[in-house]
Amino acid sequence: MSLNSKIPAGELSQKWSLYKNNCKIVNPANKRSLEVIVIGTGLAGASAAAALGELGYKVKAFCFQDSPRRAHSIAAQGGINAAKNYQNDGDSVYRLFYDTIKGGDYRARESNVHRLAEVSANIIDQCVAQGVPFAREYGGMLSNRSFGGTQVQRTFYAAGQTGQQLLIGAYQALERQVALGNVTMYSRHEMLDIVKIDGKARGIIARNLITGKLERHFGHAVLICSGGYGNVFYLSTNAMGSNVTAAWKAHRQGAYFGNPCYTQIHPTCIPVSGDHQSKLTLMSESLRNDGRIWVPKKQNDNRKASEIPEDERDYYLERRYPAFGNLVPRDVASRAAKERCDAGYGVGTSKQAVYLDFAAAVIRYGTIECSKHGNHNPSADEVRKYGLAVVKEKYGNLFDMYAKITGEDPYEVPMRIYPAVHYTMGGLWVDYELMTTVEGLYCLGEANFSDHGANRLGASALMQGLADGYFVIPYTLGNYLADDIRTKAIPTDHPAFVAAEKEVEGRINQLMNIKGKQSVESIHKRLGLIMWNKCGMGRTAEGLKEAILEIQALKKEFWSDVFIPGTVEGMNNELDKAQRVADFIELGELMCKDALNREESCGGHFREESQTPDGEAQRNDEEFMYVAAWEYNSDSNWTLHKEELKYDVVKPSQRSYK
Amino acid sequence: MNLTLKVWRQQNAQSQGGFETYSVKDISSEMSFLEMFDVLNEQLIHEGKEPITFDHDCREGICGACSMHINGQAHGPWHETTTCQLHMRAFKDGDTIVVEPWRAAAFPVIKDLMVDRTSFDRIIQAGGYISVNTGNAQDANNLPIAKDKADESFAAATCIGCGACVASCKNASASLFLSAKVAHLALLPQGDAERKTRVLNMVDQMDKEGFGACTNTGACEAECPKGISIMNIRRLNAEYLRAGLSGSIAR
Ligand SMILES: Cc1cc2nc3c(=O)[nH]c(=O)nc-3n(C[C@H](O)[C@H](O)[C@H](O)COP(=O)(O)OP(=O)(O)OC[C@H]3O[C@@H](n4cnc5c(N)ncnc54)[C@H](O)[C@@H]3O)c2cc1C
Ligand code: SF4
Ligand code: FES
Repeated sequence: MSLNSKIPAGELSQKWSLYKNNCKIVNPANKRSLEVIVIGTGLAGASAAAALGELGYKVKAFCFQDSPRRAHSIAAQGGINAAKNYQNDGDSVYRLFYDTIKGGDYRARESNVHRLAEVSANIIDQCVAQGVPFAREYGGMLSNRSFGGTQVQRTFYAAGQTGQQLLIGAYQALERQVALGNVTMYSRHEMLDIVKIDGKARGIIARNLITGKLERHFGHAVLICSGGYGNVFYLSTNAMGSNVTAAWKAHRQGAYFGNPCYTQIHPTCIPVSGDHQSKLTLMSESLRNDGRIWVPKKQNDNRKASEIPEDERDYYLERRYPAFGNLVPRDVASRAAKERCDAGYGVGTSKQAVYLDFAAAVIRYGTIECSKHGNHNPSADEVRKYGLAVVKEKYGNLFDMYAKITGEDPYEVPMRIYPAVHYTMGGLWVDYELMTTVEGLYCLGEANFSDHGANRLGASALMQGLADGYFVIPYTLGNYLADDIRTKAIPTDHPAFVAAEKEVEGRINQLMNIKGKQSVESIHKRLGLIMWNKCGMGRTAEGLKEAILEIQALKKEFWSDVFIPGTVEGMNNELDKAQRVADFIELGELMCKDALNREESCGGHFREESQTPDGEAQRNDEEFMYVAAWEYNSDSNWTLHKEELKYDVVKPSQRSYK
Repeated sequence: MNLTLKVWRQQNAQSQGGFETYSVKDISSEMSFLEMFDVLNEQLIHEGKEPITFDHDCREGICGACSMHINGQAHGPWHETTTCQLHMRAFKDGDTIVVEPWRAAAFPVIKDLMVDRTSFDRIIQAGGYISVNTGNAQDANNLPIAKDKADESFAAATCIGCGACVASCKNASASLFLSAKVAHLALLPQGDAERKTRVLNMVDQMDKEGFGACTNTGACEAECPKGISIMNIRRLNAEYLRAGLSGSIAR
């Protein structure tokens, strides 16, 4: 099948308006008999389910947590971008579009990104109307901060809990639709397969995680909003339950997987501290607004941070990238940290860390506050006291979290940070309408491959999730369902449902019957290590080839020696985990194959063979200016399809933040 | 350090539960409480036994999933800390730790330490939102909101819906949780239109779910991992009274 991205004709800035003017719509009476299944109720799924419920569709929404309010989106810290230009600092729809395309290292589709920038402002309006308590200035207006990869202040935030506040907004809108009877919520349910009838997605098989029973659900369309797959690395900043299963089942049913190797390694996370660790914790990028990153100028320097004088510190980001300084994009900052640590300049006991230091910010804010209080000649203690209060208001929850995890007080000593897996730009391939290569099967939010190219800019994931759910899918889904108004709900005793359920049941029984010796967790950890070492921050052809073989061997081990205690009936968390890990193993192999195929560096994908003389990512536009969309054929067997990327408006160039 | 754990085990909602005793060895003080449970669970799996079921997801203190009653305290000994953020530095070699699920009629046990908190979702369904459809909104800055009001509203909105307030209340009242939502929305001009019916309907639903009444013992505030202030309950009572006096009735 050839890829049709369905990009509307017309000038870039007009495409979305033209699309909306011309797309088909479903009248209110017909909407009531159209059923839509939404898998996932994070920002993307909750906003989609709420918006579609408001329109009058019959929505069934699923999540594996006990409540939609607990989706992984809740953990997002720093903020959400929007081209409001409230700061009068030169922001515009075009600039947000441009920054996102450039930040993604020219590997995203122009039309989608422009649409994202266009609807960004509506998102803020909608959230405020719902009662999202964003940070404000004394005059009552909304406050903004800066994020990496941009030179304007366009990030809206609610302290370090922006994701929480946005998700609670979407959750409340969703619960309102539940109360009105437009949405039925199925929590503690896990989708385990897509049901296709005549080539179209027509339903799902889900497992009720409390009873263990398999259920069949029909839908005229199915929306996958199941989040990212960073947990393929075992250790990541994602929530423990984040997984690829929903997207992977869709992939096996014919949905192509786009750019699986594009992974974001976030520069500022709390470093690993032992092999018992179950997850890594992010320290929000917003900290780079005020924190300065440095390492000692001397190799293997064992002095405490406070004992290293100013002129013996290397603020390497400010040195290498004077124009953006500490606010370079994530991929650039992560690689720079790795470079310093690999060269022997790392700090802390593991030497796999760099400092993030707020001392200068404390003095800067303290001086401003003192002068606000009429004190123009304050003592160092006074400055510090006021400065600490400002830093606490801005980042208090992050500092507290750091203190609890490390046992160190970040108000007194600089934070130690190191890059960690954070986000996956890759995901199910979708066209302009967010439809996958399976008709009637859509994908929204982090689970799709769309808007961030090879590297996502900070504060753009929340924007994309809500754009997809509130403002894109209500139009594009109508355009599809308008032709489906005569299709009656298909009874779930249809042979396709029976067969799909049988298949899922067989797989579960197969897993339970292995009765081997290794725990699911221990195999997941080993997969994570292979991925981190060979498909992580630096990748080589040789390493990737090894990784593929190692993963294939691990897969054999898993399917012959995993042990799952308990039974199929009732709640069984180990069984749930085993199914997810089985899918992660298959995905890991595809990621390595994709990384091996892409013999260039771009964004977060760094092929060590392809770098500029000063160590920056070297793209190869001649050969690789395409989206790699992988079609699943059979076990370990995929076909590569290419969607050429055409840049009509932005001229791709070597990305420079110097 | 080596520890003894007394953990509540219960196969499902119907069965009778009871405590089981386990010992774990070589626990490092850097581990989180849940990582210590991971170690115990790996140990159980190696012995061919069923691991202990408990709710958790973010492990960052924000999703509200984790919910263990540890040595008689909801979320354990650290102030304003969820179970997942509690670290083993809080304990010492040789300690015995008793771990139970939340105990409340409105939170029935599902399995072991996992309980059913969907009653909280139903309280939100009763009115914990602002009725605004997608696309209805005006420009965000057309509605200035004083910073102190916005900050106060935000502070209430940081409730993570964990249920520790219920678990630590001798009446199993959900007043702190409910009041945080009522305050979050009542403090904002956007929430004003539905202010009266919201509070009446939500309180009504809380009663239906079988949560107890508030008798102002303050245990909820003391155990809340997010420091939600008991002032919100006072605000809730005022809102309730005001709605009642104005003659509004629950739907
Ligand atoms: C610590 C952290 C901080 C972040 N900070 C920011 C930030 O400041 N700004 C920003 O823009 N982005 C940030 N991000 C990224 C952003 O939070 C995520 O990309 C985004 O929230 C993803 O939303 P989503 O709706 O696509 O998926 P999620 O929120 O992950 O939701 C996935 C949903 O799918 C459900 N699900 C999954 N699989 C199944 C299945 N098989 N069956 C049924 N249901 C299923 C889950 O239950 C859940 O409801 C951050 C990420 C992390 C990890
Ligand atoms: S009020 Fe506190 S204890 Fe109660 S649910 Fe909210 S966060 Fe948990
Ligand atoms: S696991 Fe999310 S709050 Fe503890």
